[in-house]
Amino acid sequence: MKKSVFLGTLSLAALAGGLASAATLDDVKARGVLNCGVSTGVNGFSAPDASGEWQGFDVAVCRAVAAAVLADPKKVKFVSTTGQTRFTALASGEIDILSRNSTWTFSRDVDLKFTFAGVNYYDGQGFMVSKALGVSSAKELDGATVCIQTGTTTELNLADYFKSNNMSYEPVPIETNAEAQQQYLAGACDVYTTDASGLAATRATFADPENHIVLPEIISKEPLGPMVRHGDDQWSDIVMWTLNALIAAEEYGVTSANIEELAKGTNNPEINRLLGTEGDLGAMFGLDKEWGKRAIQAGGNYGEIFAANIGESTPIGIARGLNAQWTQGGLLYSPPFR
Amino acid sequence: MTRTIAYVRNQMQGQEPPPVSQIGAIRWMHENLFSGPLNSILTILSVLCVGWIAQHIGPWFLNAVWNADSLAECRQILQGETGACFGVIKDRWHQLLYGFYPQDSYWRPNLAAALLLVALAPLLFPDVPRKLIWFSLLYPAVGFFLLWGGSIWPPLVALAGLAVGFAAYAALIKTSSLAATIAAIIVPILWWLFVSGPLGDALAQATPGLGLRSIGSDEFGGFMLSIIIGVTGIALSLPLGILLALGRKSDLLLVKVICVGFIEFIRGVPLITLLFTASLLLNYFLPPGSNFDIILRVIIMVTLFAAAYMAEVIRGGLAALPRGQYEAADALGLDYWKAQQLIIMPQALKISIPGIVGTFIGLFKDTTLVVFIGLLDPIGLSSAIRADTDWNGIYWELFLFIGALFFIFCFSMSRYSMYLEKKLKTDHR
Repeated sequence: MKKSVFLGTLSLAALAGGLASAATLDDVKARGVLNCGVSTGVNGFSAPDASGEWQGFDVAVCRAVAAAVLADPKKVKFVSTTGQTRFTALASGEIDILSRNSTWTFSRDVDLKFTFAGVNYYDGQGFMVSKALGVSSAKELDGATVCIQTGTTTELNLADYFKSNNMSYEPVPIETNAEAQQQYLAGACDVYTTDASGLAATRATFADPENHIVLPEIISKEPLGPMVRHGDDQWSDIVMWTLNALIAAEEYGVTSANIEELAKGTNNPEINRLLGTEGDLGAMFGLDKEWGKRAIQAGGNYGEIFAANIGESTPIGIARGLNAQWTQGGLLYSPPFR
Repeated sequence: MTRTIAYVRNQMQGQEPPPVSQIGAIRWMHENLFSGPLNSILTILSVLCVGWIAQHIGPWFLNAVWNADSLAECRQILQGETGACFGVIKDRWHQLLYGFYPQDSYWRPNLAAALLLVALAPLLFPDVPRKLIWFSLLYPAVGFFLLWGGSIWPPLVALAGLAVGFAAYAALIKTSSLAATIAAIIVPILWWLFVSGPLGDALAQATPGLGLRSIGSDEFGGFMLSIIIGVTGIALSLPLGILLALGRKSDLLLVKVICVGFIEFIRGVPLITLLFTASLLLNYFLPPGSNFDIILRVIIMVTLFAAAYMAEVIRGGLAALPRGQYEAADALGLDYWKAQQLIIMPQALKISIPGIVGTFIGLFKDTTLVVFIGLLDPIGLSSAIRADTDWNGIYWELFLFIGALFFIFCFSMSRYSMYLEKKLKTDHR
């Protein structure tokens, strides 16, 4: 049975080799489905539900792009990638967007030849301890045993932080978040350190979350965002401005509840341009007028997506913090739609 | 004349029951559990150990909660007591078994699995009608069509390759058996490489309605994925392994060098490296935009890996045959392939059964390594399920379920191998 696939793929490979690779937008439109790389499962950010539908904060970005480009947020094929396979999958064209809580760093942007289309979540590394330990600041953690995922930037950040504060620690290397939970709860380590969003999600699953606290210190910058390949500016613009549209919608008070009303025209020209009732911004990158409206309709504006997946009403319960609008003291700041 | 001697008994005494210590449970326990001081100590320690485990795990199983939609609900029901939360299995069993396969199409993998048993029956058991072997030959195409769907033509055209190969063999067998054998291998490969793809597509376009809904590899997952990779790898690695083993013992230098090089290379490299090659490196070699199915890539790598080990297992069987068997085959005037088919292989394979089945079981369990390249096999799905807010924090329940599924499969393979060994036992050692 494999042979026929083999043949099919071989002939397909031969065919594709003859064609020059077209622009990503044209490929996606021709295919009729957006290939989106997500993680194999990060609580609140991407996970399949009981019916196999992918849900989460990173997933919502892909749905919004699919809605903008293909007019249907369901037309996304989610490809689960691991830490090792994610960049190759993007570089080889297996996926069109990588939306997999990947940190924006210099070398990933420059050396790996990817473009970050903005930041959808500002994260940072934190510490979680049991309340019984009686610690209220990371500065008091001298000599602690720390559960730490091996081979990640968190491991390096931890070493830097303890060194610069003249403290010592004993690392307990672990492989996955699930393993870390088991080890931490079993008392194998005093402290568990990973990104603050991950700590909040982990703490939410404990039988006794009130007995554990996340310390106030955040020791690293982890701006997470969707990535695309270098060299296709039209496509990176589409992803970037779709994300900006979600952020701007929150700033201007456009929600999934009032969007139909506002799309009939308002006296705010910025909203009108965003929703396509004035001007034709979409045509500038090969989409129609209503791309922004559809992107917002897919899952609501940035604030709604945040609240539905990881916000304070969910068990994960993350406060907006740095991820609030710039008007609310956060870092979200969409350039103008003009 | 009868004389009575005072000291001779003239009446037999009734039979005494055996002493209490020599019958029933007491004797069994004495013989098996308390036959000496060391064994007695070990027995007591074992009982204590089992009791300790039961005391700790028992409540966890006894309090198990099946009717819950989230871990939080489980905890609410348990109210602080320890207990398993098997609600996750009830909620997600279909995902662990079928991955993201569309629910309204579950009948397809089910039917494929049932037909797989039918196809395997004539290969495994001698009492099954021999005619069924024809169905076994057809099964790869049937299984592929059921699982992946799409037009019915590509699998049919691929099957036709076998017929073409047989026709070439039949046409040439009168002239030379070597030429016929080579043609029987080369012609189908050429067919599959150059004819079957375009022809299948052309026929599919001519009759668009004929087929099942096409389901992409990205929707495959769970235990179904393990079985697909495992069964295909097992089915392909045995013949490939036999050829490699024969090649390694061949007198033809080139064949020998290629086979030895292949076997030693594959055995020198970890499977996970090969899987990463399949997942990452091949993408760079293939032209951009080409879509070389990831499951197919993994199956090829797993098959090559298992074939190298299989070759060495079978070489062990070949080495165990006395030289006289080869000479006897020569003396009967059998050519190489006939000798292999009638005399050498039946004995060598029989000797290697434990090793072969061991390799099969190893291969089947190795399929869980695909989790590292992002395929959602049961292990991968367990972490995906844990990433759902409802079930984050659940751990042992999922692994128990997955472990039980794997145990059923591996244990039945192992029992079958014992049955086969017993049945084929002809020597009187």
